Amino acid sequence: MSDTAILPPRSGVVARAVDWMIRHPAMFTFLLVLPITLWLGIVYIGSLLALLVQSFYSIDEFSGLVVPEFTLATYAELLRPSNFAIILRTVTMAACVTVASAVIAFPIAYFAARYARGGWKALFYIGVMLPLWSSYLVKVYAWKLVLAKEGILSWAFAKLHLGWLLDAILALPVVGGNSLSVSYTGTFIVFVYIWLPYMIIPVQAALERVPGAMIEAASDLGATPGQSFRMVLLPLALPGIVAGSIFTFSLTLGDYIVPQIIGSGRLFIGQAVYMQQGTAGNIPLAAAFTVVPIAIMGVYLWGARRMGAFDAL
Amino acid sequence: MRSDRAPWALKCAAAAGLVFLLAPIVLIFIYAFTTEEKSFQWPPPGFTTKWIGVTMGRADVWQALGLSLKVAAISTGIAMVLGTLTAAAVSRARFFGRETISLLVILPIALPGIITGISLRSAFSLLDIPFSTWTIVLGHATFCIVVVYNNAVARFRRTSAALIDAAMDLGADGVQTFRLVILPNIATALLAGGMLAFALSFDEVIVTTFTAGNQATLPIWMLQELIRPRERPVTNVVAMAVVLVTVLPILAAWWLTRDGQHSEGSEK
Repeated sequence: MSDTAILPPRSGVVARAVDWMIRHPAMFTFLLVLPITLWLGIVYIGSLLALLVQSFYSIDEFSGLVVPEFTLATYAELLRPSNFAIILRTVTMAACVTVASAVIAFPIAYFAARYARGGWKALFYIGVMLPLWSSYLVKVYAWKLVLAKEGILSWAFAKLHLGWLLDAILALPVVGGNSLSVSYTGTFIVFVYIWLPYMIIPVQAALERVPGAMIEAASDLGATPGQSFRMVLLPLALPGIVAGSIFTFSLTLGDYIVPQIIGSGRLFIGQAVYMQQGTAGNIPLAAAFTVVPIAIMGVYLWGARRMGAFDAL
Repeated sequence: MRSDRAPWALKCAAAAGLVFLLAPIVLIFIYAFTTEEKSFQWPPPGFTTKWIGVTMGRADVWQALGLSLKVAAISTGIAMVLGTLTAAAVSRARFFGRETISLLVILPIALPGIITGISLRSAFSLLDIPFSTWTIVLGHATFCIVVVYNNAVARFRRTSAALIDAAMDLGADGVQTFRLVILPNIATALLAGGMLAFALSFDEVIVTTFTAGNQATLPIWMLQELIRPRERPVTNVVAMAVVLVTVLPILAAWWLTRDGQHSEGSEK
């Protein structure tokens, strides 16, 4: 038996550094989190705070320079009718997109979770994953093809002798326009398409945890399909729907590319931020605009947490 | 009454949903071969493969692709180092600020991209940092860390700490323990996280518009073509190529995991 119970220190810089770390676990942990603290804590949070601070500055109307003095004037500007309309429009769109995504996602998620087997299951998996992972801009571009005046959708309406229906939709006062690709309806459809997979995945995950026997029990006990949907399935799927709605709502609030490419030209919050910081050079107003989605999402997440949505993620 | 057959209304709704999800992507493939150059006319008047050759000869497309690959590779590298170190710390030790760090990592992806973008941009201009490839990388790495971190932290939780103690007791030094015990245990999680990070960076456009200056990554190139179209057929072909690049890994991932559960790749 060797008489050296304690080995001599290992030689070499690396080995000695490792030995030192093993003897000082707290220091070791500190070294592990140091890079991320520097990167996110200083670079990222620093930038966010700098932006937040600038939202309390204002811009001098004559020189166009930022005046670094504390003021709430920039936030007051948000309440001006033109700016407030932008906020209202974006929130309305986000809410509509969220509701529509939930309605469209539910049957897909339910069928995939409960009935799809074998090849169908694979098809549904690919059907959700492919749009989720395809390039964001390619998806927007695909819809430009679909919604164009000479595109496939107008053609399909014409072939089905429903051209009058499309014209009627386009003639509506707010949601209509010259063609679908320059109307709110177009913006809405593209938003729903792009964020739909983010709704399907959590809803499907929630529905997969619902035992099929539970639905059968409900109908055995005399529930009509409508009742068992309303009183059994929907409450169990709700955390999944709320979890999905966090994505659809937040992503719509912050997006500025879809309404820029497919839309009526009226601004959304994201576009307003982009224009204020770019061409207008009004960083304080841009900063104040970005605080709006942060505040809305803060309230939303707080509410979602109370409904237990985070367990479904 | 057995109820393993879906009601026809549900079937129709699910099938319609599937068509809604997949049809636009199929359309991209058809338009890549159309002979129509000026509009998005449907049905296409004729088919040609001429535009694939034209696209291959376009220097700006290759340049944008090169920059995208470079940015994605560097950002993924940074994200993998930072994400793994953080995951190791958060999963093995309890320390002051642990909860804060796990929240901090998620923040760049939880907040809309435009907020990350504009705050980085205003920070660059406050500090007089000129736009370069590195400012793009900085933005991308920031939101790529979270996907590597998520995968690594899940794996670290499942890897027993006793394994590391055992290796040390058996005489392995720290480097050997890392190379022979820790790394093989977390390798597949790192691979999955790295792939997700790479894909996320390769496709990112919102943060990039704020941090890119005059350089164009492939998504920026696409965006410029969407706002001010120059040659539509070239855009069509690039769109098809981008879809193919994303389709093949998804099919491969599905093929590899079709018997087991598909947890690691299923969340973005």
